[in-house]
Amino acid sequence: MSSLEQMYQQVIMDHARAAHGRGLVQVDLPAHGESHQVNTTCGDEVTLRVGLEGDTIASLSWEGQGCSISQASISVLAELLDGESLETADETYEAFRALMQAKGEPLDDDREDMLGDATAFVGVGKYPARIKCALLGWVALKDALIQARGASSSATEGDKA
Amino acid sequence: MLADVRDDFPLLARTVRNGRPLVYLDSGATAQRPRAVLEAEADFLTRSNGAVARGAHLLAEEATEAFEGARADVARLVGAPVEEIVWTSGATAAINLVANGIQNATLGAGGAEADRFRIGPGDRIVVTELEHHANLIPWQQLAARTGAELAWIPVDDAGVLDLSTLAEIVSPSTKVVAFTHASNVTGVITDVAAIVARAREVGALTVLDACQSVPHIPVSFPELGVDFAAFSGHKMLGPTGVGALWGRKELLDALPPSIFGGGAIAVVTMERTTWLEAPTRFEPGTQPVSQAVGMGAAARYLMSLGMENVAAHEARIAQIMREGAASLDGVRLLGPVGGPAAGDVLGLAAVAVEGVHAHDVGQVLDDRGIAARVGHHCAQPLHRRLGLTGSTRASAHVYTTEADAHAFVEALASVRSFFGVTA
Repeated sequence: MSSLEQMYQQVIMDHARAAHGRGLVQVDLPAHGESHQVNTTCGDEVTLRVGLEGDTIASLSWEGQGCSISQASISVLAELLDGESLETADETYEAFRALMQAKGEPLDDDREDMLGDATAFVGVGKYPARIKCALLGWVALKDALIQARGASSSATEGDKA
Repeated sequence: MLADVRDDFPLLARTVRNGRPLVYLDSGATAQRPRAVLEAEADFLTRSNGAVARGAHLLAEEATEAFEGARADVARLVGAPVEEIVWTSGATAAINLVANGIQNATLGAGGAEADRFRIGPGDRIVVTELEHHANLIPWQQLAARTGAELAWIPVDDAGVLDLSTLAEIVSPSTKVVAFTHASNVTGVITDVAAIVARAREVGALTVLDACQSVPHIPVSFPELGVDFAAFSGHKMLGPTGVGALWGRKELLDALPPSIFGGGAIAVVTMERTTWLEAPTRFEPGTQPVSQAVGMGAAARYLMSLGMENVAAHEARIAQIMREGAASLDGVRLLGPVGGPAAGDVLGLAAVAVEGVHAHDVGQVLDDRGIAARVGHHCAQPLHRRLGLTGSTRASAHVYTTEADAHAFVEALASVRSFFGVTA
């Protein structure tokens, strides 16, 4: 398999063509967050929205446009983390970042299991210029979750008061 | 006819991914340098390096001579008197130097001589819709700071400047018209004469972005009739970190400086300072001397090849890339295939591949050893006008071969099937 084929694995092509979670969904939960991220090198952008129920991501949706790597990465993220706990989201985020920094080498089995389809992005790590593409949605997720947690804690404090 | 110059460029001999030979088609972004440039810089640094115009010792003399000799070489390339060439850190700095000078004149700097540059509410600055950001943002900023209005010459659906409303856009209140000599996306060379004629009718200054023209076609700024022009070293086979502003001497002598420091001054007291004449008044501080020497060597190298020969060679490369790209299903060439006259399009081709993002196109090219530019090429408004966020651009220089051009077209032909977007 060439480096190019390793980067554009079939699972990535499939996600790019039929993306999960695309189309922003209205969130009425008090703990919600939304993040808009732009890849300044190419102008690609994503808006990602989350809603929390307790410690669970109850809603995860996005809208955006970009290259196959960025779009597939957001799709995989949505499929992996919609309905999961915040703890799982944090661990998966860290594992994906580690994968991007691994220069094309696989991670340990535990983190590979956690990443599932996202391990297909291993080849991107060989191309520093494309790591930003793969991370675009993950950065948006991290930011949206920070906002949602902030909304959640202030709502909780409000309840106490 | 252009000589085979490949051997002059050591970098072109390297291999890239998968051991493939390099097909370098990103000269519009930055060009490779011939030995003549690398050696001129090395010779200067290993023999004559010293403080320019600041010493009485031998090295200071040699360094000053090399620095000023390079200025003369660059001046010759663009058909200008040597005292009309100002060294800058690049074309961006050169354009900012003019815009900031106008702003300083507006604030009262430069006295009565600088009155001609003053601008304010009720005045207009005109740019075009296809400018590189470097020749758009400084004018946006100047308009915002002075209260002048920013207007622009639009492009048509093909991305070519539409001059049909030129007389309305370059209105009698227009003070500055800033435009590119050639689009870095479509490659189309601007009808400079038409814009200059209208600007003169209304008494507006003209500022030409010549980054894409000076390295590729014969250029004489005095003959073009513009007032200022900017170009950079690294796109004309020279070093990064150096560029030049050309301006008509009487304008340069009247334009207030906007960067201040040592070396550019006549008399300094604790209260005030008087400036030297141009170009020195715009060159405070220590200049990029070895880079300027390299840029001078690049100018000599291009002149030794003959700019007519360079232009003819690149026109042939343009033809192969543009006709080839336009003939492919699902590939949109930005701008016309070719104009009514030979040489009216630079040696570049920017394309949008239907259903495939520019970054993904670039990756397929890269896998074949082809270096091309992907993205908006610092021309977001033009891409937006064309309904795109980005494109993939192949751009040539003196060392580009017909085989390189064919390799680009062949790689482009494989893109859609690789991504499964063909039926």
